[in-house]
Amino acid sequence: MAKDVTLTIDGQTLTVSAGTLIVDAAKKAGIDIPVFCYHPKMEPVGMCRMCLVDIGRPVIDRVSGQPVLDENGNPKIQFAPKLDTACTTPVSEGMVVVTQSQKVADARREVVEFILTSHPLDCPVCDKGGECPLQNLTMGYGPGQSRFAFSEKMHLAKHVPLGELIYLDRERCIQCARCVRFQSEVAGDPVIGFNNRGRAIEIVTFSEPGFDSYFSGNTTDICPVGALTTADFRFGARPWELLSSASVCSHCAVGCNQTVNLRREAAQGGKLAIKRIMPRQNEAVNEIWLCDKGRFAYHYVESKERLTQPLVRKNGELTPATWEEAIQAAAAGIQEAGDSFVALAGGRLPNEDLFTLRKLADARGGKALLSTCMGGGDLVAQVGLTAGSNLAEMGKGSAILVIASDLHESAPIWYLRLKAAAKRGAALIVAGARPTRLERYASKVIRYQYGEELAVIQNFLDGGVEEFSQAENAVIFFGGEGMDMLGTSALAQACTALLVATNHIGRPNNGLVPVWIHANIQGAWDLGFHPSASLARNLAGAGAVYIAAADPAGDDPHLAAALDEAKFVIVQELFLTETARKADVVFPAQAHLEREGTFTSGERRVQRFYPAVFAPAGTRPDYAITAQVAGALGIELAGRAASLAFLRLAAEVPAYQGLTYAKLAQTSEQWPIVGRGDLYYGGTAYENKEGLGVQLEAACQKPGWHAPAAWTGRLPEHTFDLAQMNAQGAVWLVPVVRLYDRGTTLTPSSLLEGRLVRPFIALHPETAAQLGLAEGDLAGFETAGATLSAPVTLDETLPRGAGIVPRSCGLPLTFPRGVKLVRLTEEVKVG
Amino acid sequence: MFKGLFTTLREWVRKPVTVSYPEQKRPVKARFKGRHVLRRYDNGLEKCIGCSLCAAACPADAIFVEAAENTDDERYSPGERYARVYEINMLRCIFCGFCEDACPTEAIQLGDVYELSFTDRSAAIYTKEMLIDPVPEGRQPTPQVTPPGVYTRSVPEMKDPQD
Repeated sequence: MAKDVTLTIDGQTLTVSAGTLIVDAAKKAGIDIPVFCYHPKMEPVGMCRMCLVDIGRPVIDRVSGQPVLDENGNPKIQFAPKLDTACTTPVSEGMVVVTQSQKVADARREVVEFILTSHPLDCPVCDKGGECPLQNLTMGYGPGQSRFAFSEKMHLAKHVPLGELIYLDRERCIQCARCVRFQSEVAGDPVIGFNNRGRAIEIVTFSEPGFDSYFSGNTTDICPVGALTTADFRFGARPWELLSSASVCSHCAVGCNQTVNLRREAAQGGKLAIKRIMPRQNEAVNEIWLCDKGRFAYHYVESKERLTQPLVRKNGELTPATWEEAIQAAAAGIQEAGDSFVALAGGRLPNEDLFTLRKLADARGGKALLSTCMGGGDLVAQVGLTAGSNLAEMGKGSAILVIASDLHESAPIWYLRLKAAAKRGAALIVAGARPTRLERYASKVIRYQYGEELAVIQNFLDGGVEEFSQAENAVIFFGGEGMDMLGTSALAQACTALLVATNHIGRPNNGLVPVWIHANIQGAWDLGFHPSASLARNLAGAGAVYIAAADPAGDDPHLAAALDEAKFVIVQELFLTETARKADVVFPAQAHLEREGTFTSGERRVQRFYPAVFAPAGTRPDYAITAQVAGALGIELAGRAASLAFLRLAAEVPAYQGLTYAKLAQTSEQWPIVGRGDLYYGGTAYENKEGLGVQLEAACQKPGWHAPAAWTGRLPEHTFDLAQMNAQGAVWLVPVVRLYDRGTTLTPSSLLEGRLVRPFIALHPETAAQLGLAEGDLAGFETAGATLSAPVTLDETLPRGAGIVPRSCGLPLTFPRGVKLVRLTEEVKVG
Repeated sequence: MFKGLFTTLREWVRKPVTVSYPEQKRPVKARFKGRHVLRRYDNGLEKCIGCSLCAAACPADAIFVEAAENTDDERYSPGERYARVYEINMLRCIFCGFCEDACPTEAIQLGDVYELSFTDRSAAIYTKEMLIDPVPEGRQPTPQVTPPGVYTRSVPEMKDPQD
């Protein structure tokens, strides 16, 4: 640990660790030093000069090395002839800092006046007006009057789109470079920068499409003026008019904390409308960042396509029915099915609903299945990331292995945090069959062939990678890319064995993290839902299938065919999905922003979300629907409130024992301090007052836990043999996660439309040539009696003999498959 | 008795102090605070830029504004922002005039109209169409198509108020 230093700021003596900057030290002591360019999450640059303070250091006698004392016996302090920037100066022993003197006040006033020489002061129309650091600091420290005539100011373009998501107002920009630094230092996407110099300096984007970064929205939060605004919120509302509600992102397994900003809108008929989604600080999860998917993909909630009435199949047609009718019909269907009942849950269903659904399945003697493409959740419950972990604490001496996952696409905030860990000195080992973005920051890259994932882990087990086995702390992030259910289960098993063998379990910042592609898959595992390797058979043979928040028919044609065979299908959904079209009873459910509940993230942090907007009339939350159907069958379940369902859950599920909503809502002091009156310091991210969540204890932390003997033993070299498959003329076609997919929760956000991925089949040029395919050709393959096709793109970085397709982008492929790709002509496509 | 009769006769010849409203109406004073009007510039563009400062200043929470973005092809007001929805609930309004003070473009002014009576609550909500001045003679109604680069400033240069 760094040694402590004692200094005095404005007469207040405080002790902070060496290396702390004066501005941070003052902040910790409750003394505000105004800043524009400084941000606690980024390296200081000292560009804006707003933080000038008077700094004095004790005079040291050169001979004795002791501080020189004045006549009163106090150390003699020598002040610098000029003011210094508090944001670039680290503290030192005996330092005296003065922030409240006429000299400092004069300097601040002049800096503000200088910055305002080119600022348009169009606060009435500016989106930042009301939460603007420049506005606040001008009021606090600036001159009351301007000496500049408006007509003499620089007049620049006010509507410069940096891509379709972020707009730049050149006039308002004060050249603090926070956005440029964020993109290069934090996000690692240096796609914006300064062009020109002097008064002509401007922010430009170098990428095509413009501002091509998954983290672009964060720059609008940290912009200290209204220069960067999001297309989504532009002129949407004034900040002081907004209400806020705490939520948790439902798009991936990271579980970013969010604040939903709302106001009543005439356009929505006077109802509450979501105006924007902002990050809510949780230093153990998302710090103060959000990815653009989490920030902008909420419009599905207000989609006109939402189901608002129960549907019951009558004479082969789905017809609107009353709730009572639909519940009776569903209950009758389940009654008839006897014990051949299957409950299938999707990964975005909250814990309360999962628990209620499982209780129904248990009571009917049925199966509780999970719709997912990855296995291993049971092992995560055993050796998952230990309670008290924080990726931000991982640095020198730690090792992080990422295998079979593209974190930049599937969990962007984990990508940011691992990138930061690598920068702090952690050994970041990225193993993948194809290059991914995270490899840029890796200390070691392992390239394997699809099917050989286990051999990579075996090499680790054999001690082939010392930085991992010798590391003080180690975490493994495993994904499912290129593997089927059995493959990922085997990989999870292998990773677990590795963590156990190297003793990287049971301590904070150690354990196994699954890169689930939905928000609450870990919750589903914890609550007794398991994926089935023969899901199609399970569905086809079921007397009644109860599907909640999953779309198996849309995901996979095999499952669609299986659902046709199922005798009775009940679906709880937001939209009329492919699965819902095949159902006998469809219940309109509520989105997570409309109700209360909890999600369990991939790090096994249980986090609570709160209702933000009113649900459309006619919809009910999933747990209530399930409980009502159960009620009609004579099974008593908690359906009146999510909190009651959670209480039962906590009483029954050992891992969740002792949890209450009140516990999940607890917070503690976090650093840096953001979201309070001093917006200038950390940006407009919200302070977390609604709960940091609780990280569950891994089973291995309990006394008396032993690793089962079955976990040891040599791993097989292959899960399958790619060369052999290629020899038979087939290509291993791998669905990969793309952030902007075409899922039901993304497509209603018209803002992102241009960035949604179109279906493609990417192949190595050599593989394509062997198959007689060229760039742009339409390639097709047979599945479940239908031909699926997509244009071919060539990518030299891909492994030979395999191809990738984007997941949930129009090609219904859930698991990788060996397929025979053929070139389709236009006629076939039309036919 | 004569004294009483005298008073009666005197009042007979006196000019009455009352007027027979509503046939007859009194002119209002220069600083009278009646129903709001939203002003236009001489070229027909709306002065209101949808900044919501009136709503923020309103102690009775009577004003509701929803803004949207101007383009040169569809321009309501100078600058980037205009009020897509502007509503004042006259049942709530206390005619304090704070909105007038808060307005950075002198768009909202308390006018001379004082005849405000409603038969139901929703009729008391005045929309932008009801509040705004008519388009000056010979000018285009909003939205206007304007040449690019002319109307770039939302807030005009303001002079100190004159009485």
